[in-house]
Amino acid sequence: MIGGNEMAKKQTVHVKINGQQREADVEPRLLLVHFIRETLGLTGTHVGCDTSNCGACTVVLDGKTVKSCTMFAVQADGAELLTVEGLFREGKLHPLQEGFKQEHGLQCGFCTPGMLMSTYVLLQKNAQPTESDIRWGISGNLCRCTGYQNIVKAVQYAAGKMAQGGAR
Amino acid sequence: MIPPSFEYLRPKTIPEAVKMLEQHGAEAKILSGGQSLIPMMKLRLARPGFLIDINRIAGLSYVKEEGGYLKIGGLTREAELEASPLVRTKYPILLDTAHVIADPQVRNMATVGGNLAHGDPANDHPATMMALGAQVVATGPKGERVISIENFFLSLFSTALEPEEILTEIRIPMPPARSGGAYFKLERKVGDFATAAVAAQLTLDEKGICQKVGIGLTNVGPTPVKARKAEEFLRGKKLDEANSKQAAQLAADESTPSQDLRGPVEYKKGLVKELTKRALSRAFERAGK
Repeated sequence: MIGGNEMAKKQTVHVKINGQQREADVEPRLLLVHFIRETLGLTGTHVGCDTSNCGACTVVLDGKTVKSCTMFAVQADGAELLTVEGLFREGKLHPLQEGFKQEHGLQCGFCTPGMLMSTYVLLQKNAQPTESDIRWGISGNLCRCTGYQNIVKAVQYAAGKMAQGGAR
Repeated sequence: MIPPSFEYLRPKTIPEAVKMLEQHGAEAKILSGGQSLIPMMKLRLARPGFLIDINRIAGLSYVKEEGGYLKIGGLTREAELEASPLVRTKYPILLDTAHVIADPQVRNMATVGGNLAHGDPANDHPATMMALGAQVVATGPKGERVISIENFFLSLFSTALEPEEILTEIRIPMPPARSGGAYFKLERKVGDFATAAVAAQLTLDEKGICQKVGIGLTNVGPTPVKARKAEEFLRGKKLDEANSKQAAQLAADESTPSQDLRGPVEYKKGLVKELTKRALSRAFERAGK
């Protein structure tokens, strides 16, 4: 009988993650966030609430942000993924990462990977967001430390930096 | 939280998906956006033996006007509905609704079809679809059948869909001239279900008298509520302050909320009254444009 705790047939999942092609055989019930963290060993993506509320597990899947705790790894088969590890390129922090550092956009840092991924997509779609655009853009990400003020400033810092040609 | 084990199936066409449903019956569930189903599986409130992932079926995601209807493909994401130029210019009530569903990440996955087929009275589209007089298309072994939204919600988490049917399309009759609608929701915080919400859709005649009235209520009963008495009362009347107040009272009387963390019954009925007034007034304003 299925619907219990015994293993279902494993399925192969292929993804391109942070530019690298990876594949693994997984149980269908494996959540994408556990696939990323445990199977692929990329622990930058966090498990926060595990109930689709907090957004700490946010990753970019085919250009869109998703909560990786609310998706199965098998669903991402063939997809292109970007996680926080993929923001650091050629030995350089992404302007957003720089912004979070400069503007104190984090305290405990637990929500930061998810915040970075949400704001990464936000800036790709809207290079000059207003404060309200930024707040709307991170409305699916909870931060219990900062009060969001400095996160908004961090995104504004990055937008400014990217407008000056630091864009990517 | 780890969901129970299941067999994962990924059909490429609707007939293939229907066949899988026929084969596995009540043990199978359709996986659309998964934003309600997966949390329920993680909490082990749902334990399907088979998940039929319809996300790779082509041609199930669209928003278009055709044959007098606005047609929305069952697999259309909330984010796609929000971004649709057609919705943005002609169906502001749908934009109001999609905008307040969960949060941006969830809206990137969640589908309009799933929001209805889940049969959760706390979901937002049901009330709006009630106000708009929508129909849903169910595709099963015998082909398509059209179900009026009024007859779609049977009880908590239960709809008129047969176990081997898939919700493939939503049809909204294109509103005539001088029509407008709005959706007002009070939520404790972004991503929460509505404490209460109200959808209102009006069509006016040249003198500003309400010809058609649709009012739907969210999360104030075991199923989404169509506020029939309020609709009937307003039909043939002008939306002045007294009539709006009376319709709002009737809608509140028709709601049957239960007390929970979001508030007591009295408060929720009061909310329905206030939100109905606001939704009617915005709908009226939009109908005049």
